[in-house]
Amino acid sequence: MVRLLLPLVLMLAAGMSAAGDRSSLWPDVPKATGAPHAEGNAYWRKHHMEMMRHDRDLTMRDGDRMIAASLKGCFDCHTVTDETGATVTYASEKHFCRSCHDFAAVKVDCFMCHRSTPDGVDETVDHAALTDRRAGDILAYLRAIGEGGE
Amino acid sequence: MTRIKGAELSRRDFLRSGAAVASATLAPGVTLIAFGGSQAQAAADAGKRWGLLIDAGKCDADCSACVSACRDENGWGGHGDADRDAQWIRKVTLQHKATGHETTMPVMCQHCAEPPCVDVCPTGASFKRVDGIVLVDKHTCIGCRYCMMACPFKARSFVHEPVVNQKSHAPRGQGTVESCTLCVHRVDAGGTPACVEACAGAGYEAILFGDLNDPDSQISKRLAEYPSAALRPDLNLGQGVRYANL
Repeated sequence: MVRLLLPLVLMLAAGMSAAGDRSSLWPDVPKATGAPHAEGNAYWRKHHMEMMRHDRDLTMRDGDRMIAASLKGCFDCHTVTDETGATVTYASEKHFCRSCHDFAAVKVDCFMCHRSTPDGVDETVDHAALTDRRAGDILAYLRAIGEGGE
Repeated sequence: MTRIKGAELSRRDFLRSGAAVASATLAPGVTLIAFGGSQAQAAADAGKRWGLLIDAGKCDADCSACVSACRDENGWGGHGDADRDAQWIRKVTLQHKATGHETTMPVMCQHCAEPPCVDVCPTGASFKRVDGIVLVDKHTCIGCRYCMMACPFKARSFVHEPVVNQKSHAPRGQGTVESCTLCVHRVDAGGTPACVEACAGAGYEAILFGDLNDPDSQISKRLAEYPSAALRPDLNLGQGVRYANL
Protein backbone atom coordinates (compact mmCIF):
# COMPACT_ATOMS: atom_id res chain seq x y z
CA MET A 1 0.00 0.00 0.00
CA VAL A 2 2.75 2.40 0.98
CA ARG A 3 4.54 1.61 -2.23
CA LEU A 4 1.48 2.62 -4.15
CA LEU A 5 0.72 5.75 -2.16
CA LEU A 6 4.21 7.19 -1.88
CA PRO A 7 4.68 7.96 -5.58
CA LEU A 8 1.17 9.39 -5.60
CA VAL A 9 1.94 11.73 -2.71
CA LEU A 10 5.24 12.72 -4.27
CA MET A 11 3.51 13.45 -7.56
CA LEU A 12 0.93 15.58 -5.83
CA ALA A 13 3.60 17.48 -3.93
CA ALA A 14 5.55 18.09 -7.11
CA GLY A 15 2.41 19.28 -8.84
CA MET A 16 1.67 21.73 -6.04
CA SER A 17 5.13 23.19 -5.97
CA ALA A 18 5.00 23.62 -9.71
CA ALA A 19 1.66 25.45 -9.56
CA GLY A 20 2.75 27.62 -6.65
CA ASP A 21 4.34 27.36 -3.25
CA ARG A 22 1.09 26.64 -1.50
CA SER A 23 -2.43 25.49 -2.08
CA SER A 24 -4.63 28.21 -3.54
CA LEU A 25 -6.69 28.07 -0.38
CA TRP A 26 -3.92 29.73 1.64
CA PRO A 27 -3.98 33.51 1.94
CA ASP A 28 -1.85 35.27 -0.61
CA VAL A 29 0.10 37.61 1.67
CA PRO A 30 1.31 40.62 -0.31
CA LYS A 31 5.03 41.30 -0.36
CA ALA A 32 6.20 44.15 1.83
CA THR A 33 8.82 46.78 1.12
CA GLY A 34 11.47 47.98 3.52
CA ALA A 35 13.58 46.13 6.06
CA PRO A 36 12.15 42.86 7.43
CA HIS A 37 10.99 42.64 11.04
CA ALA A 38 13.88 41.87 13.37
CA GLU A 39 11.66 39.52 15.37
CA GLY A 40 10.76 37.56 12.26
CA ASN A 41 7.48 37.28 10.40
CA ALA A 42 6.19 34.36 12.46
CA TYR A 43 6.44 36.43 15.63
CA TRP A 44 4.62 39.36 14.08
CA ARG A 45 1.90 37.20 12.60
CA LYS A 46 1.12 35.86 16.03
CA HIS A 47 1.69 38.92 18.21
CA HIS A 48 0.93 42.00 16.09
CA MET A 49 -2.34 42.74 17.85
CA GLU A 50 -0.86 42.52 21.35
CA MET A 51 2.01 44.76 20.27
CA MET A 52 -0.27 47.34 18.69
CA ARG A 53 -2.70 47.25 21.58
CA HIS A 54 0.10 47.76 24.08
CA ASP A 55 1.75 50.55 22.14
CA ARG A 56 -1.49 52.34 21.29
CA ASP A 57 -2.09 52.75 25.02
CA LEU A 58 1.42 54.08 25.50
CA THR A 59 0.85 56.67 22.79
CA MET A 60 -2.72 57.53 23.62
CA ARG A 61 -2.43 57.64 27.43
CA ASP A 62 1.20 58.53 28.07
CA GLY A 63 2.05 60.50 24.95
CA ASP A 64 4.86 58.10 24.06
CA ARG A 65 5.60 58.65 20.39
CA MET A 66 8.73 56.49 20.21
CA ILE A 67 6.91 53.18 20.03
CA ALA A 68 7.60 49.97 18.18
CA ALA A 69 4.23 49.07 16.72
CA SER A 70 1.67 51.41 15.17
CA LEU A 71 -0.90 51.08 12.43
CA LYS A 72 0.63 54.09 10.73
CA GLY A 73 3.98 52.32 10.85
CA CYS A 74 2.50 49.19 9.25
CA PHE A 75 1.59 51.06 6.10
CA ASP A 76 5.11 52.37 5.65
CA CYS A 77 5.90 48.93 4.25
CA HIS A 78 2.63 47.03 3.93
CA THR A 79 0.81 48.93 1.23
CA VAL A 80 -0.69 47.12 -1.72
CA THR A 81 -1.39 48.57 -5.13
CA ASP A 82 -3.93 47.32 -7.62
CA GLU A 83 -3.56 46.83 -11.39
CA THR A 84 -3.83 50.58 -11.99
CA GLY A 85 -1.11 51.33 -9.48
CA ALA A 86 -3.50 52.89 -6.97
CA THR A 87 -3.05 52.07 -3.29
CA VAL A 88 -5.86 49.81 -2.14
CA THR A 89 -7.83 50.53 1.03
CA TYR A 90 -9.43 48.14 3.48
CA ALA A 91 -12.43 48.07 1.13
CA SER A 92 -10.40 45.89 -1.22
CA GLU A 93 -9.82 42.18 -0.74
CA LYS A 94 -6.20 42.78 -1.67
CA HIS A 95 -5.51 44.99 1.36
CA PHE A 96 -2.62 43.64 3.42
CA CYS A 97 -4.69 43.16 6.55
CA ARG A 98 -7.58 41.58 4.73
CA SER A 99 -5.46 38.99 2.95
CA CYS A 100 -5.11 37.07 6.22
CA HIS A 101 -8.09 38.34 8.16
CA ASP A 102 -10.56 37.28 5.47
CA PHE A 103 -8.95 33.85 5.53
CA ALA A 104 -9.14 33.62 9.31
CA ALA A 105 -12.63 35.18 9.37
CA VAL A 106 -11.52 37.70 12.00
CA LYS A 107 -13.14 41.11 11.63
CA VAL A 108 -10.83 44.10 11.90
CA ASP A 109 -12.37 47.10 13.67
CA CYS A 110 -9.29 49.32 13.45
CA PHE A 111 -10.39 50.96 10.23
CA MET A 112 -13.63 52.29 11.59
CA CYS A 113 -11.48 55.11 12.97
CA HIS A 114 -8.01 54.68 11.47
CA ARG A 115 -7.20 55.08 7.81
CA SER A 116 -6.06 51.91 6.07
CA THR A 117 -3.54 53.58 3.76
CA PRO A 118 -0.66 56.02 4.24
CA ASP A 119 -1.51 59.72 4.52
CA GLY A 120 -2.10 61.36 1.18
CA VAL A 121 -4.06 58.51 -0.42
CA ASP A 122 -7.67 59.48 -1.08
CA GLU A 123 -9.88 56.81 0.46
CA THR A 124 -13.16 58.56 -0.31
CA VAL A 125 -14.00 56.73 -3.55
CA ASP A 126 -13.19 53.28 -2.22
CA HIS A 127 -15.42 53.81 0.78
CA ALA A 128 -18.25 55.54 -1.09
CA ALA A 129 -20.70 52.87 0.02
CA LEU A 130 -20.00 53.75 3.66
CA THR A 131 -20.65 57.43 3.20
CA ASP A 132 -23.74 57.08 1.04
CA ARG A 133 -26.08 59.30 3.02
CA ARG A 134 -29.18 57.67 1.56
CA ALA A 135 -28.33 54.58 3.57
CA GLY A 136 -28.93 56.54 6.75
CA ASP A 137 -32.02 58.32 5.54
CA ILE A 138 -34.96 55.96 5.36
CA LEU A 139 -37.29 58.62 3.92
CA ALA A 140 -34.95 59.39 1.03
CA TYR A 141 -34.56 55.69 0.43
CA LEU A 142 -38.32 55.10 0.30
CA ARG A 143 -38.74 58.12 -1.95
CA ALA A 144 -36.10 56.78 -4.33
CA ILE A 145 -37.85 53.44 -4.42
CA GLY A 146 -41.19 55.18 -5.01
CA GLU A 147 -39.78 57.18 -7.92
CA GLY A 148 -38.39 53.99 -9.37
CA GLY A 149 -42.01 52.87 -9.93
CA GLU A 150 -41.86 50.02 -7.49
CA MET B 1 -11.72 57.01 41.04
CA THR B 2 -9.63 58.86 43.62
CA ARG B 3 -9.17 62.55 43.25
CA ILE B 4 -6.74 64.56 45.27
CA LYS B 5 -8.81 67.36 46.71
CA GLY B 6 -6.12 68.85 48.92
CA ALA B 7 -3.81 69.55 46.04
CA GLU B 8 -6.17 71.98 44.37
CA LEU B 9 -4.79 75.40 43.63
CA SER B 10 -6.39 77.85 41.32
CA ARG B 11 -4.33 78.60 38.26
CA ARG B 12 -3.83 82.16 39.41
CA ASP B 13 -2.67 81.16 42.88
CA PHE B 14 -0.28 78.73 41.37
CA LEU B 15 1.21 81.21 38.96
CA ARG B 16 1.56 83.85 41.65
CA SER B 17 3.42 81.64 44.07
CA GLY B 18 6.85 81.68 42.50
CA ALA B 19 8.27 79.20 45.01
CA ALA B 20 5.68 76.58 44.13
CA VAL B 21 6.43 76.99 40.46
CA ALA B 22 10.18 76.75 40.98
CA SER B 23 9.94 73.52 42.93
CA ALA B 24 7.46 72.09 40.44
CA THR B 25 9.79 72.73 37.57
CA LEU B 26 12.78 71.38 39.46
CA ALA B 27 11.22 67.94 39.36
CA PRO B 28 9.95 67.54 35.83
CA GLY B 29 8.95 64.33 34.14
CA VAL B 30 11.46 62.72 31.85
CA THR B 31 11.51 64.23 28.41
CA LEU B 32 13.53 62.48 25.79
CA ILE B 33 14.58 64.70 22.95
CA ALA B 34 15.75 62.57 20.08
CA PHE B 35 18.88 63.58 18.21
CA GLY B 36 18.98 65.07 14.75
CA GLY B 37 16.30 67.69 15.33
CA SER B 38 13.49 65.17 15.64
CA GLN B 39 11.64 65.89 18.84
CA ALA B 40 9.50 62.77 19.09
CA GLN B 41 9.10 62.22 22.78
CA ALA B 42 9.05 59.19 25.00
CA ALA B 43 6.25 60.42 27.25
CA ALA B 44 4.06 63.38 28.07
CA ASP B 45 5.86 65.59 30.60
CA ALA B 46 4.14 65.65 33.98
CA GLY B 47 6.01 68.85 34.82
CA LYS B 48 4.18 70.71 32.06
CA ARG B 49 0.67 72.10 31.95
CA TRP B 50 -0.27 73.05 28.44
CA GLY B 51 -2.69 75.91 28.03
CA LEU B 52 -3.99 78.63 25.78
CA LEU B 53 -4.54 82.31 26.40
CA ILE B 54 -7.13 83.74 24.03
CA ASP B 55 -7.25 87.50 23.70
CA ALA B 56 -10.83 88.29 22.73
CA GLY B 57 -9.77 91.87 22.06
CA LYS B 58 -7.60 90.73 19.17
CA CYS B 59 -10.13 88.26 17.75
CA ASP B 60 -11.78 89.48 14.54
CA ALA B 61 -15.51 88.78 14.22
CA ASP B 62 -15.17 88.06 10.50
CA CYS B 63 -12.22 85.73 10.81
CA SER B 64 -12.52 81.98 11.31
CA ALA B 65 -8.97 80.97 10.45
CA CYS B 66 -8.64 78.97 13.68
CA VAL B 67 -11.76 76.94 12.93
CA SER B 68 -10.81 76.07 9.38
CA ALA B 69 -7.21 75.33 10.38
CA CYS B 70 -8.47 72.91 13.04
CA ARG B 71 -10.80 71.29 10.55
CA ASP B 72 -8.05 70.83 8.01
CA GLU B 73 -5.52 69.62 10.57
CA ASN B 74 -7.78 67.08 12.23
CA GLY B 75 -10.10 66.27 9.35
CA TRP B 76 -13.46 66.80 11.02
CA GLY B 77 -15.06 68.57 8.08
CA GLY B 78 -18.59 67.21 7.99
CA HIS B 79 -21.52 66.99 5.64
CA GLY B 80 -22.70 70.58 5.94
CA ASP B 81 -25.30 69.47 8.45
CA ALA B 82 -24.91 71.75 11.48
CA ASP B 83 -27.11 69.54 13.69
CA ARG B 84 -24.94 66.50 13.33
CA ASP B 85 -21.48 67.63 12.24
CA ALA B 86 -18.64 67.57 14.73
CA GLN B 87 -17.31 70.88 16.00
CA TRP B 88 -13.99 70.79 17.79
CA ILE B 89 -13.76 74.57 17.89
CA ARG B 90 -16.35 77.24 17.18
CA LYS B 91 -16.51 80.99 17.06
CA VAL B 92 -18.81 82.36 19.76
CA THR B 93 -20.16 85.91 19.81
CA LEU B 94 -21.23 87.49 23.09
CA GLN B 95 -23.33 90.63 23.25
CA HIS B 96 -23.39 92.81 26.33
CA LYS B 97 -27.05 93.33 27.16
CA ALA B 98 -26.65 96.89 28.45
CA THR B 99 -24.22 98.32 25.92
CA GLY B 100 -24.75 96.09 22.91
CA HIS B 101 -20.99 95.61 22.62
CA GLU B 102 -20.10 92.40 20.86
CA THR B 103 -17.16 90.21 21.74
CA THR B 104 -16.14 87.29 19.58
CA MET B 105 -13.78 84.46 20.45
CA PRO B 106 -13.05 80.83 19.68
CA VAL B 107 -14.27 78.23 22.19
CA MET B 108 -12.94 74.71 22.25
CA CYS B 109 -12.20 72.07 24.89
CA GLN B 110 -10.97 74.09 27.87
CA HIS B 111 -8.67 71.29 29.07
CA CYS B 112 -9.82 71.53 32.67
CA ALA B 113 -7.65 70.50 35.59
CA GLU B 114 -10.81 68.94 37.05
CA PRO B 115 -12.60 67.82 33.89
CA PRO B 116 -16.29 66.91 34.42
CA CYS B 117 -16.14 64.77 31.26
CA VAL B 118 -13.55 62.54 32.93
CA ASP B 119 -15.60 62.32 36.13
CA VAL B 120 -18.67 60.98 34.36
CA CYS B 121 -17.08 58.65 31.82
CA PRO B 122 -18.20 55.10 32.64
CA THR B 123 -15.40 53.36 30.74
CA GLY B 124 -12.40 55.55 31.46
CA ALA B 125 -12.20 56.58 27.81
CA SER B 126 -12.29 60.26 28.74
CA PHE B 127 -9.04 61.05 30.48
CA LYS B 128 -6.52 63.74 31.28
CA ARG B 129 -2.90 63.32 30.32
CA VAL B 130 -0.25 64.18 32.89
CA ASP B 131 0.50 67.39 31.00
CA GLY B 132 -3.12 68.54 31.32
CA ILE B 133 -4.44 67.66 27.86
CA VAL B 134 -7.92 66.15 28.05
CA LEU B 135 -8.56 63.46 25.45
CA VAL B 136 -10.97 60.72 24.44
CA ASP B 137 -9.50 57.25 24.06
CA LYS B 138 -11.75 56.04 21.26
CA HIS B 139 -10.59 52.47 21.77
CA THR B 140 -12.66 52.41 24.95
CA CYS B 141 -15.34 55.03 24.14
CA ILE B 142 -18.76 53.42 23.88
CA GLY B 143 -20.46 56.57 22.61
CA CYS B 144 -22.75 57.04 25.61
CA ARG B 145 -22.27 60.83 25.45
CA TYR B 146 -22.33 61.39 29.21
CA CYS B 147 -19.26 63.58 28.75
CA MET B 148 -21.14 65.75 26.28
CA MET B 149 -23.82 66.30 28.90
CA ALA B 150 -21.25 67.02 31.59
CA CYS B 151 -19.18 69.53 29.63
CA PRO B 152 -20.28 73.09 30.49
CA PHE B 153 -18.71 74.39 27.28
CA LYS B 154 -20.38 72.05 24.77
CA ALA B 155 -16.89 71.26 23.61
CA ARG B 156 -17.51 67.67 22.63
CA SER B 157 -19.15 66.21 19.56
CA PHE B 158 -20.53 62.81 18.73
CA VAL B 159 -19.67 61.26 15.39
CA HIS B 160 -23.01 60.21 13.94
CA GLU B 161 -21.96 58.93 10.56
CA PRO B 162 -19.26 56.69 9.13
CA VAL B 163 -16.01 58.53 8.55
CA VAL B 164 -13.49 57.84 5.82
CA ASN B 165 -10.19 59.39 4.80
CA GLN B 166 -9.18 60.33 8.34
CA LYS B 167 -5.81 61.85 9.11
CA SER B 168 -3.42 59.24 10.44
CA HIS B 169 -2.63 61.46 13.44
CA ALA B 170 -6.32 62.08 14.21
CA PRO B 171 -8.30 58.84 13.95
CA ARG B 172 -12.04 59.36 14.30
CA GLY B 173 -14.99 57.10 13.75
CA GLN B 174 -18.72 56.65 14.00
CA GLY B 175 -20.14 56.06 17.46
CA THR B 176 -17.43 57.82 19.44
CA VAL B 177 -17.15 61.23 21.06
CA GLU B 178 -14.39 63.62 20.15
CA SER B 179 -13.14 67.10 20.91
CA CYS B 180 -10.17 69.42 20.64
CA THR B 181 -6.97 67.49 21.39
CA LEU B 182 -4.89 70.65 21.70
CA CYS B 183 -3.26 69.17 18.58
CA VAL B 184 -1.55 66.66 20.82
CA HIS B 185 0.32 65.13 17.89
CA ARG B 186 1.93 68.49 17.16
CA VAL B 187 2.58 69.29 20.83
CA ASP B 188 4.30 65.92 21.30
CA ALA B 189 6.51 66.76 18.35
CA GLY B 190 7.46 70.09 19.93
CA GLY B 191 5.00 72.16 17.89
CA THR B 192 2.02 74.38 18.59
CA PRO B 193 -1.68 73.74 17.88
CA ALA B 194 -2.96 74.47 14.37
CA CYS B 195 -5.39 77.18 15.55
CA VAL B 196 -2.57 79.13 17.21
CA GLU B 197 -0.51 78.97 14.06
CA ALA B 198 -3.45 79.97 11.85
CA CYS B 199 -4.38 82.92 14.06
CA ALA B 200 -0.82 84.21 13.93
CA GLY B 201 -0.76 83.54 10.18
CA ALA B 202 -3.90 85.64 9.75
CA GLY B 203 -2.10 88.46 11.55
CA TYR B 204 -4.14 88.55 14.78
CA GLU B 205 -2.05 86.55 17.25
CA ALA B 206 -5.08 86.31 19.50
CA ILE B 207 -4.24 82.78 20.72
CA LEU B 208 -1.13 82.10 22.75
CA PHE B 209 0.01 78.56 23.49
CA GLY B 210 2.45 77.52 26.16
CA ASP B 211 3.36 75.84 29.42
CA LEU B 212 1.45 77.33 32.33
CA ASN B 213 3.83 75.66 34.79
CA ASP B 214 6.86 77.44 33.37
CA PRO B 215 7.05 80.93 34.90
CA ASP B 216 9.33 82.05 32.06
CA SER B 217 7.00 81.02 29.26
CA GLN B 218 5.35 83.80 27.28
CA ILE B 219 1.89 82.65 28.30
CA SER B 220 2.73 82.64 32.02
CA LYS B 221 4.24 86.10 31.82
CA ARG B 222 1.23 87.44 29.96
CA LEU B 223 -1.14 85.85 32.48
CA ALA B 224 0.80 87.35 35.36
CA GLU B 225 0.87 90.78 33.78
CA TYR B 226 -2.65 91.20 32.43
CA PRO B 227 -6.06 90.17 33.78
CA SER B 228 -7.65 87.07 32.33
CA ALA B 229 -10.56 84.82 33.16
CA ALA B 230 -11.63 81.24 32.80
CA LEU B 231 -15.11 80.65 31.38
CA ARG B 232 -17.64 79.74 34.07
CA PRO B 233 -15.23 80.52 36.93
CA ASP B 234 -17.99 79.52 39.36
CA LEU B 235 -17.38 75.88 38.50
CA ASN B 236 -13.72 75.91 39.66
CA LEU B 237 -12.58 73.60 36.89
CA GLY B 238 -9.09 75.04 36.59
CA GLN B 239 -9.18 75.35 32.83
CA GLY B 240 -6.01 75.33 30.78
CA VAL B 241 -7.69 77.76 28.37
CA ARG B 242 -8.09 81.32 29.63
CA TYR B 243 -9.55 84.44 28.05
CA ALA B 244 -8.40 88.05 28.14
CA ASN B 245 -10.47 91.13 27.29
CA LEU B 246 -13.78 89.30 27.55
